[in-house]
Amino acid sequence: MYIPVNEVQKHFKSETPMMSNITHKSDQWSPYHDNSGTVLAIGIPGAVLVAGDTRLSNGYNILTRDATKLSQLTDKCVLATAGQYADFIALRKFLQQRLQLYEFQNEVQASTQTVAHLLSRELYSRRFFPYYTFNLLAGLDENNHGVVYGYDAIGSYDQMTYGVQGSGQELVVAVLDNQLKGYNKINKTFPQTQQEILDLILDCFSCAAERDIHTGDNVEILIITPTGTERIVKPLRKD
Amino acid sequence: MLKHLYDTDCVTWSPQGKLFQVEYAMEAVKQGSICLGLKSNENVVLCSLKRQPSELAGYQEKQFKIDDHMAIAIAGLTADARVLCKYMRTECLEYKYTYESHHPVGRLVFKVAEKSQHKTQSGAKRPYGVGLLVAGIDPNGVHLFETCPSGNYYEYKCQAIGSRSQAARTYFESWFHLFEKSTLEQLILHGLSALKKAIMEDEELNERNVEVGILGKNQKFVHLNAQELKDYIAKLETFNANTQIQQE
Repeated sequence: MYIPVNEVQKHFKSETPMMSNITHKSDQWSPYHDNSGTVLAIGIPGAVLVAGDTRLSNGYNILTRDATKLSQLTDKCVLATAGQYADFIALRKFLQQRLQLYEFQNEVQASTQTVAHLLSRELYSRRFFPYYTFNLLAGLDENNHGVVYGYDAIGSYDQMTYGVQGSGQELVVAVLDNQLKGYNKINKTFPQTQQEILDLILDCFSCAAERDIHTGDNVEILIITPTGTERIVKPLRKD
Repeated sequence: MLKHLYDTDCVTWSPQGKLFQVEYAMEAVKQGSICLGLKSNENVVLCSLKRQPSELAGYQEKQFKIDDHMAIAIAGLTADARVLCKYMRTECLEYKYTYESHHPVGRLVFKVAEKSQHKTQSGAKRPYGVGLLVAGIDPNGVHLFETCPSGNYYEYKCQAIGSRSQAARTYFESWFHLFEKSTLEQLILHGLSALKKAIMEDEELNERNVEVGILGKNQKFVHLNAQELKDYIAKLETFNANTQIQQE
């Protein structure tokens, strides 16, 4: 039997799929935006170096070339975050407030280990509507040795000697595995001085900026030592 | 006197229009050891004399930081002071969280006063037995406030509260016209000089029983450490209040 043309509609379960009425699940509004970028942190005896690029993007667009992904929480530790910038700001505000309260109550600044655990609990408290943040907490431990803690979005964390998060993570972490741990390295020579580590960090960001569209503009580096914090900003590719 | 007829609780007026319970609370402030504050165009300085309950004990701290831009010195019941201190700190943290800026000083003092007044109008409560000197800096300028158990608050150029504070106030009356333009060091020396007027004959100022806190437009609240206190107390000998310079 044939179906009359004007009765086609009622013989099909749903409307004929035409370009104008195809809707993708991805068109649904999402509370999350990935502002991307890359952050890394390396801990050495006596210091910790934390770096992040300063570009914020949204898809293929650049929102700004000049936003910091690093936040110094105490004299000894810094939070570096890739992911959604709004959630980074909210998380940072919470930690700053909570750590000031800690200081009032305990008359001493929170240690890096304490901050690390506090961050984990705060992330998990939002288990069912997570902070879209991929964090690194870098600081000096009780012996003034540099430590890095890496987190996932819901607060699982572990101590590491170096860590990378963000859109350039895969690109950069492979380089650090090679240079700092000697994986797949034929000539096992490691950077010894702080300056060599600094050069390594700059190289890593330059490499990431080459291949990752979301990384670039500037790299901001904080060097935390027992005597204070130093800040360095270097330019990166702007395309 | 027939005071005892009208002084049982806060909800009874006396025929002379006084609330005796509130007045008694202000007595508690007068019994506390002295603390004073003075300000210039740029800085506020708080000086206090710390009491030692016995030879075996430590010295009771009298100054507490509320936020980077604000601090208090207390006279009276320390336990009540801690409650107010905690309240002020919480308010400042919440304000900073919401507005990303420092809590205006006058506004916070008003909140404390409001809280204090509340305790003076209930049968089941008692007033706070502590007076605060609140030092703070905000976009409106440099401030020094005094709060009372009664719920009143006043702004001052310089003020002293606690026991024998009249002697310090007399010193201030003579010299406060100089404070506006004083440097931080001069301000500290004036404060310590005023404190010296208020101690007993057999007492002396030293780095253990004196507490000095400083605040400035570019200076977060900080206590002077023991060495700095020693140096300033030593400078007191040759400090001339009128010329504000050391004289030989």
